[in-house]
Amino acid sequence: MILEMLSYPFLVRAFAGGILVSLCAALLGVSLVLKRYSMIGDGLSHVSFGALSVALAAGWSPLPVSIPVVVLAAFFLLRITESGKMKSDAAIAMISASALAIGITVTSLTTGMTTDVSSYMFGSILAMSRADVRLAVALSLVVLGMFVFCYHKIFAVTFDENFAKATGVKVSLYNVVIAVLTAVTIVLGMRMMGAMLISSLIIFPALTSMRVFKSFRGVVWSSAVLSVVCFCVGMTVSYRFSTPAGASVVLVNLAAFLLSCAVQAAVRAVRAR
Amino acid sequence: MSTLITCEHVDFGYENQDAVIDLSMKVEEGDYLCVVGANGSGKSTLVKGLLGLLKPTGGKLTVAEELRRTGIGYLPQQTAAQRDFPATVWEVVLSGALSRMGNRPFYTPAERKLAADSMEKLGISDLRKRCYRELSGGQQQRVLIARALCATSRMLILDEPVTGLDPSAIQELYRLVRKLNQEGVTILMVSHDVSGILGQASRILHLQQKALFYGTPEEYVKSPVSRTFLGGEEQ
Repeated sequence: MILEMLSYPFLVRAFAGGILVSLCAALLGVSLVLKRYSMIGDGLSHVSFGALSVALAAGWSPLPVSIPVVVLAAFFLLRITESGKMKSDAAIAMISASALAIGITVTSLTTGMTTDVSSYMFGSILAMSRADVRLAVALSLVVLGMFVFCYHKIFAVTFDENFAKATGVKVSLYNVVIAVLTAVTIVLGMRMMGAMLISSLIIFPALTSMRVFKSFRGVVWSSAVLSVVCFCVGMTVSYRFSTPAGASVVLVNLAAFLLSCAVQAAVRAVRAR
Repeated sequence: MSTLITCEHVDFGYENQDAVIDLSMKVEEGDYLCVVGANGSGKSTLVKGLLGLLKPTGGKLTVAEELRRTGIGYLPQQTAAQRDFPATVWEVVLSGALSRMGNRPFYTPAERKLAADSMEKLGISDLRKRCYRELSGGQQQRVLIARALCATSRMLILDEPVTGLDPSAIQELYRLVRKLNQEGVTILMVSHDVSGILGQASRILHLQQKALFYGTPEEYVKSPVSRTFLGGEEQ
């Protein structure tokens, strides 16, 4: 069956792009989840949907328009979260809903709710183009490079911003870089996974790994591996049973999470005896 | 004895408001200085200023050359996100050596040794592989002090270290800090727990935007400023 799957060029592209995007999402997700910034990922995916819909309605090509918009949104969301002036979770929810509303309104006024829009909402396995895969390769090189060369600084910034600041790490630079990379990851992954589902790629692997592993290194490795495995399993299930690709990947992630909960509970029960 | 930090009429603050006004004080080598004051009295702002995270808006702040090179050991207030953070004690302590790392991506054996020695000093070597979130509050503070000592063993700034600890852990922390001080580490501690630190500190700074009191604990107990805090000791 795997050979059969790989005989379709669009599926090969979906696998290649999807694996790279899941890897980036999982690595960035560890930092975002541990810093309690998970909502940023969710907010960005909605902004990304709004931007894509507007681009589609105006007849522009989607990536060059939505990447700058989402990167700007990432800056903005980070500022809100850092300054703590407004309740940041409420602010992000507000921005998400507004971006979604703008997207839907613009679309229904122009092209109407076509399959394009529906595939942006819930993802399409056909969405990965050659250019998308190239961008995914570039993105994952940057993300992996950052995790290899700045691993200890990322740990310090994630664990304790104040201490990192006091030892001379440029904390806000790291936050901005992580937010920008997250923005690009989301725009890339969104058309395959869907705007409503992409944030799960960021959150699930980190949450599952946190339950199992006790060290930061363990959590980082496990998230990366788990995310890629869940993606491949999800895509295969989607191909075999003709289920929607994005939703299948999310469900496999959910299964992994529940499994880790069960294992944790079992371990506790054994120890308590 | 050399002077590590000198403040001459220093103001610290944010964009349009100064939280610390006209502060003059000195931290000498081997000092144990406690900063006390009500919430919002500028204690945390002062700490940020001394760490170099805030520029003074007025006056003159002099930090000894050696501290500027390696930085000051810093024990920040704990954040909620840290309580369920998956990291081993070793990972946390080692991250204290970050300021020595510069642009190198990895730690050197010398830095690893420093982290191991610092854990030894605080008696937490056996916790090395344990997960930070599974430790008690007192153990977590030891880990964070060990981390701070990786940056420098010259001076330590502790920001509200006893918040959230139970009474026996508080006493243990005080004993530990006093021991470090006797071994030659200069201490600057911010605290709410005024009665607890009186027997500890060599100097007290009572902050309320301005310095209301700066002197020895014995003088502090007699001063009118301390009465609002200590209470119940009216003649």
